[in-house]
Amino acid sequence: MTFKNRKRLNRFIVLMIVLVGMVICLFPIYEMVSTSLKYEVDAFSLPPKWIFRPTFENYRNVLLSNGFGRYFFNSVIVALSTTFFSVCTGALAGYSFSRFKYKGKKLLIVFTLLLRMIPPVILVIPVFVIWNSLGLANTRIGLVLVYIGLNLPFNIWVLKTFISEIPRSLDESATIDGCSDWMVFSRIILPLIAPGLSVAGIFTFRIAWNEYILSLVLTNRFTRTLPVAVSLFLTDAGTEWGKITAIATITAIPAFIFTFTAAKKLIMGMTAGAVKG
Amino acid sequence: MKRNKSPYLFALPAIAVLLLVMVVPVVSGIRLSFFEWFLRDIRKEPVFVGLRNFIDLFGSENFQTSIRVTLVFTISVVCLELFVGLVLALLLEDGLPGLRFFRTVFILPVMIAPVVVGVIWKFLYNPSYGKINYFLSVLGLKEVGWLSDPHMALISIIITDIWQWTPFVFLLLLAGLQGIPSDLSDAARVDGANYLQNLIHIKLPCISGVIGITAVLRLIDAFRGLVVMFIMTNGGPGVSTEILSLHLYKTAFTDQRLGKASAVAVILLGIITLLSIIFITKNMKDET
Repeated sequence: MTFKNRKRLNRFIVLMIVLVGMVICLFPIYEMVSTSLKYEVDAFSLPPKWIFRPTFENYRNVLLSNGFGRYFFNSVIVALSTTFFSVCTGALAGYSFSRFKYKGKKLLIVFTLLLRMIPPVILVIPVFVIWNSLGLANTRIGLVLVYIGLNLPFNIWVLKTFISEIPRSLDESATIDGCSDWMVFSRIILPLIAPGLSVAGIFTFRIAWNEYILSLVLTNRFTRTLPVAVSLFLTDAGTEWGKITAIATITAIPAFIFTFTAAKKLIMGMTAGAVKG
Repeated sequence: MKRNKSPYLFALPAIAVLLLVMVVPVVSGIRLSFFEWFLRDIRKEPVFVGLRNFIDLFGSENFQTSIRVTLVFTISVVCLELFVGLVLALLLEDGLPGLRFFRTVFILPVMIAPVVVGVIWKFLYNPSYGKINYFLSVLGLKEVGWLSDPHMALISIIITDIWQWTPFVFLLLLAGLQGIPSDLSDAARVDGANYLQNLIHIKLPCISGVIGITAVLRLIDAFRGLVVMFIMTNGGPGVSTEILSLHLYKTAFTDQRLGKASAVAVILLGIITLLSIIFITKNMKDET
């Protein structure tokens, strides 16, 4: 075998492995989406019907089901307000951590890093108890508050990194021109860290939209979010897999959108911290 | 540097929220682990019982099983994901036509809600109309009771976790490999190193930091997660898939024992804090 042929063969094998990997990666998602578009007879038929007549019946049933509109609305409100507040407070703190020297700063940074790892399930009991006594249980505000805190360590840390990359001379000259710290932050820093804000925003939105355990415990039938609704469908609907996969697909829509519009930012956010640069 | 109050003011909102929703709850959770308190009697005062919750836990068979399940789960997913992710990253590091598309597709499982992942795989594993048993029967293999067989359920969950998280590991390791200065491998090749020598003496040492951080990150996440088990098996059959975080949840909201559940939380917190300290020291070392 010539060298060139061998190289081609290698490339072919690599390509095959990658294709198999892609099929394994995508098949479960395809299975969810396709089941949601099938009539019940087609969904359960074995051997499976790879070609079938699609229907939106399952989606109609989900959209018209009791409470769906409310759960969807709750999810949107909760995810958007969490994203807004968590990214804003994160940027402020990131600015403070990156630009100023003061007593206790290092301790605060290590502290926020430690908090980043806290499992939500550890917070469930105490937050449930405290929110009940503060009247925040079963409210969207209560849920948003926890989510802001849950996302803050990551946001502070990502935005601090972005701010540290801006040359200091920029804000120093602005200060000499008479800008206050607040003006430096809002007029110079914020516009320059726009890419960082969107990385933090996407990751925060994802966690707030996907989170399950806290929402299960801290909301009621008026304030619950989509993931909890999915799990209720699973117990209520029993074997109605058409409806279950339809609501699961709806819940996955933001994941699809982010993946196909912001892949680069997502990879940036995921690798930030583990890989330098 | 200026001496003014603004650095504190900028950090204040974040610190206040973190205190309210994380620090205060964690502290009160630790306190609660020394009390007996039932969910149904939540209006009554908790009763101080000292270390009894912890003594109960270590004597409880379910807790011991849960610890074992947790260790098997976390160690196997981290090892398998690192192995598969590393092989994929090594295969793809030189780039392929369409690599960007592959990378995009690989992000999807990470982005999708754990609840949805649980739903998908519960359907795939379904004994009567799940596709996995169908594929096995097409290949002439025996059907498997994926989620109903106590010996298989944890393996099924591990497979699901590998499906969801290997892409993440792959992306981190790929970024690590691509960060190796190319003159290093080039120099080795000029000196006559073959692929394997290059891998063992150049590439792996160069990305050992990234491998370590990825491992710790995944380990922490594996300890944190419970939703996929919650949806797919609710810890069963028996307690064969009840990892520590799910054990915590069920102790609190099924058995209604808030104090005992808080003791589980303290143990989980101890493990996570230990792992986090490893992560932070590794991370800070890399940053300087």
